[in-house]
Amino acid sequence: METLHLDLPSLQDDTLLPRVLLHGVVSSGNLEVLVEPGRDAARCIFEVQTAAHGFAEVWQAVLTDFAARHPVGGLSFSIHDAGATPAVVSLRLDQAFQSLRGS
Amino acid sequence: MMSTALQSYREATARQRVQGLLDAGSFTEWLGPARRITSPHLAALDAPVSFDDGVVVGQGHLAAQAVVVIAQEGLFNGGAVGEVHGAKIRGALLRAARDRPQAVLLCVDSGGVRLHEANAGLIAISEIMRALFAVQSAGIPVIALVGGTCGAFGGMGIVARLCNAIIISEEGRLGLSGPEVIETVKGVEEFDSRDRALVWRITGGKIRRTLGEATVLVDDDMAAFRSAAAAEMFGDRPHLERWGLSPDSLHGLQAAQRQLAARAALDGSIRDGQQVWNQLGLGEEVALMSPAEFNLCLEARKP
Amino acid sequence: MSIGKTALLDRLFPSGHKVTEVGQVLCGWGETPAGRVHVIGTTEHAAIDSCIALALSAAVLQAVAEDGTDHRPIVFIADTQGQALSRREELLGLNGYFAHLARCVNLARGAGHRLVTLIDGEAVSGGFLAFGLLADAIVALPGAEVRVMDLRAMARITRIPYERLTALARSSPVFAPGADNYWRMGGIHALWTETEDWAAQLLALLQGGGEDERARLGAERGGRKLAASVAQEVLHAHG
Repeated sequence: METLHLDLPSLQDDTLLPRVLLHGVVSSGNLEVLVEPGRDAARCIFEVQTAAHGFAEVWQAVLTDFAARHPVGGLSFSIHDAGATPAVVSLRLDQAFQSLRGS
Repeated sequence: MMSTALQSYREATARQRVQGLLDAGSFTEWLGPARRITSPHLAALDAPVSFDDGVVVGQGHLAAQAVVVIAQEGLFNGGAVGEVHGAKIRGALLRAARDRPQAVLLCVDSGGVRLHEANAGLIAISEIMRALFAVQSAGIPVIALVGGTCGAFGGMGIVARLCNAIIISEEGRLGLSGPEVIETVKGVEEFDSRDRALVWRITGGKIRRTLGEATVLVDDDMAAFRSAAAAEMFGDRPHLERWGLSPDSLHGLQAAQRQLAARAALDGSIRDGQQVWNQLGLGEEVALMSPAEFNLCLEARKP
Repeated sequence: MSIGKTALLDRLFPSGHKVTEVGQVLCGWGETPAGRVHVIGTTEHAAIDSCIALALSAAVLQAVAEDGTDHRPIVFIADTQGQALSRREELLGLNGYFAHLARCVNLARGAGHRLVTLIDGEAVSGGFLAFGLLADAIVALPGAEVRVMDLRAMARITRIPYERLTALARSSPVFAPGADNYWRMGGIHALWTETEDWAAQLLALLQGGGEDERARLGAERGGRKLAASVAQEVLHAHG
């Protein structure tokens, strides 16, 4: 397993539901993401544990894009990945974000 | 407005099943994912871990009655039981024996023991069996729901069968050794695991219901599982007694012994569910019957 | 009966025993200083099918029925390569036969029979779960093989290199075959050696309670550090 840690700038949305949330399942080509309160309202923390080695740059790109597209400042996303493609990673993160909005 | 859209039980995750089965907002999880009690044994083998080790346990309400719910995640390592996973199930059962809810819902979705921690898993399943007996001794029914992608096999196939009732979908599968295992060891002539229709006729919901191994057949629909579970809690309970499988007395087990002996004495050439249905005078139309029709058809045929 | 099983019975019950073998199922009694005990088990590494499971459950039910209020201990002799692998057995619902057997064993415990398992030969997964592993005290005799799956098969299925598994198995008891591994995890209470007085040791095991202490034992022995604490945490979790 490879572990990645990213701390990215993001806007904050006070209306997001303040709760712990687990989305997705760890299975081949898929991942789970645990959303929790972070520390800094202006930043989003990502902890990634992935079975696919050597993709740090791809993760960086996908997560930077996610933090730019959504107001996830003040949140922490912990990911257990079993080889999801970048598209699946984005999809799961977007779904987790939608759940935080209560939809 | 009421939604009439069906929600597949099979396609749902363990968490979605818990949400779909229980009264809205009633669920409280024990040792949830934020606690990060993951498997050190998977990590030692550099295999992916999960925040909940593949099982959700907690309490909530079903039809306003307190229940303990246990839901295995079939997509994570085939729902297989390891040390943490098994201990969560055992803990939830022991808690049910102590707190006395109306029932325990056991959403089984598992191939059995997790090989990465096989010894821990095997002992854990034995401990789950003991804890399940303790729940039943306290007078609390344990209701198994079988309709996930992994079915209920290996030790969890035994555990499911220890429950007071088994609610199964047509797509649900219940057995001991999976078809792949039998094919690998005994050859494709013994069991062709890629023949999906055959697998269904051996392990699927309809044949399990026919033989009395499962108590009720339902559609692959969350609401159908939910209402069947509620019916087991309130209604015409102990299906098992009607099948002669009252679990707790010498007399009941002697009756069960006779039933199982009669089944084992079935014509030795019978190796296919369709042969069982043919003997009952049910033809090929079995495959086309809805779960409701099929339950009625079997009830009508019972002596 | 096999020479091995006869020798075992002679050693366990020097004052006498009468055990018959029918279709790899042992059934009878042995004499101990504390009185007569039931002997029920399997032999020749039986692959447990519905027929064997039914014979075992019948023997347990018979023991419960005939004892009335004087609940004599049951000594299980486990020697099984696991469950029978067959399409017909699956069609019949072999898991249901095993569950029934487990229920009968639990009935015996509830009625007051002390349950002791002696593993002589092999104890493998499903066949072991159905009766032997449910006892109050479980003993592995010298040379006993206890496992779910051998490491080569495990390597094939998990796609983890065999060399890696064997290396890790030297320090971890959690997945590799071996009675000593099960001992460290609390799944086996005692490992008897060749030179000990088995009759005396059996006599000592005929006393004791019926609580499931295996998780605590596993923690004490260091082989299973989480099972007890996680179950306790669930018991006391908020909510």
